[in-house]
Amino acid sequence: MAKVVLKLGDDISTDVIYPGRYMATVLPTETPQYAFADMVEFNGALKARQIPHGSIIIGGNNFGCGSSREQAVSTLKGHQLVIVARGFARIFLQNGINLGLRTVVCPGIEASEGDELEITENAVVNKTTEKRFPVVPLPSARQSIINAGGLIAYTRKLLLDRRTPI
Amino acid sequence: MGMTVAEKILARACGRTAVKAGDVVEPKVDLAMSHENGALVINQFLEIYQGTNLQPKIWDPSRISIIFDHRVPAESPKTATNQKKVREFVLSQGIGKFHDIRGDIGGICHQILPENGYVRPGFVVVGTDSHTTSHGALGAFSFGIGATEMASVWALGTALNIEVPATLKVIVKGKFKKFVGPKDLILHLIGRLSAQGANYKAIEFHGPTIRTMSTSGRLVICNMAVEAGATAGIVPADKETVRYLRAEAGVKGKIDLVTPDRDAVYEQVIEVDVSKLDSQIACPHTVDNVKPIKDVIGTRINQVVIGSCTNGRLDDLAVAASIVKGKKVADDVRMLVFPASGRIYSQALAKGYIGALMSAGAVVMNPGCGPCLGIHEGALGDGETALSTTNRNFKGRMGNPNSQVYLSSPAVAAASALKGCITSPRKGTR
Repeated sequence: MAKVVLKLGDDISTDVIYPGRYMATVLPTETPQYAFADMVEFNGALKARQIPHGSIIIGGNNFGCGSSREQAVSTLKGHQLVIVARGFARIFLQNGINLGLRTVVCPGIEASEGDELEITENAVVNKTTEKRFPVVPLPSARQSIINAGGLIAYTRKLLLDRRTPI
Repeated sequence: MGMTVAEKILARACGRTAVKAGDVVEPKVDLAMSHENGALVINQFLEIYQGTNLQPKIWDPSRISIIFDHRVPAESPKTATNQKKVREFVLSQGIGKFHDIRGDIGGICHQILPENGYVRPGFVVVGTDSHTTSHGALGAFSFGIGATEMASVWALGTALNIEVPATLKVIVKGKFKKFVGPKDLILHLIGRLSAQGANYKAIEFHGPTIRTMSTSGRLVICNMAVEAGATAGIVPADKETVRYLRAEAGVKGKIDLVTPDRDAVYEQVIEVDVSKLDSQIACPHTVDNVKPIKDVIGTRINQVVIGSCTNGRLDDLAVAASIVKGKKVADDVRMLVFPASGRIYSQALAKGYIGALMSAGAVVMNPGCGPCLGIHEGALGDGETALSTTNRNFKGRMGNPNSQVYLSSPAVAAASALKGCITSPRKGTR
């Protein structure tokens, strides 16, 4: 079970998650400091390590729309946040899967900041309101990337399989 | 069952006779493009090889293009060092299609690829930039990916686990009014579809208005297809595509046109008649917050930006120059112009557009992404408003979360620069 630490609306763009002016910073080890940089209070709490790993951000539809910048994912992954949204923009969702950011597609989700949620394979249960919301499973093809531990490990495996003499 | 353009291209690229929407495929990539974020791709690429005894080697360096455009010339030591790292990598791997910061061959990636003939109809193109959808203008299946996915493409030559998208067919008819054009069409369409209306789908553009549209205009509509969430925007290749590739991009040899089957299956068909369309404006802070210009005329602006991968081409500069020629930009407005490539800059100089813009008071900047994404130039002050021909107006996009960005065509932007407020060129020039 984990707490909702931030609730956002529809169309949260990568410019909001990771403002373009920090794009010169690329390494996943360095991007977490700029997560939601323009939401000064939340960014401050993240940097002060006041947000426990596994905490949940609730998004509306089209979360992560806009740029393909992977910093928008690595910055959230760095704080081990979980994103539960009504829907995700394609590139953000794929980047999330590739880097191992936990993303949960939950079209009907209703939750407020402070609510405690339990996320299972099939549903998100809001323990505070005692409501249950079904989860849309990720396409099975994506599951193989998650199972491998991300796209780097998955590609490494494919490369080794390919280069192994038969 | 017939196939859409996206289905045909993906079927060929994975060696199958047919695929349909929803299939998961691993297409061979014909062209893989990155910009400064190549620095991150390199980092991820090298990590793939960690702990193996394999030498990190790009599957086919001739199919990689790297173009510096997001922060040129470098705004900080950090960017300069990243660019240096990419340059060294380009040399060590023998990457051919590299465009450094130069006045002759440099420019914005989404102009450099077309003008050099790197993209052909039927290609699978991936780019670490969401506006990679642009290249569907040449009949390619072209989409944006993240840096780690690109690292995987560099290693394998294929894009992994790609779902064949369903396709929306957009049929456009009618003749544009004067000073109304492709930008107004795509803003109108995004307003109708919403920012997520085409999520996980391709958009195929058809109809007489598209058939008579130049490649420059097609690049505008495909560029912004992603603002409706589309995986790809595609104009099926035709005579104009061949003309552009031969005459403007210097392509020789055979060009295969990929057209959809007559019985292709579309998820939805949308018809647009542009004959009554007026100039369209995307209002803060989402691209789908689109209004006809009459609703926002008179809105005060502090900065006008003309350029970018959306509207920094020769015809865009031509219309802007024609509107401001012999006039003056309003005293309280900064007008920034950045051509999409060095080649376009030179052409605009030769035709006198640059002179006309500068005499009017515009600052003409070097080709690049410039102020569009608020990294290193043209930032807005607190409470300021910009009118821009770029493609995004998200909160903070131009570098300041306490500012506002409106999006328009170059004609509206130029007319508005003269007045200091959002102005219709259709009235302003008479």
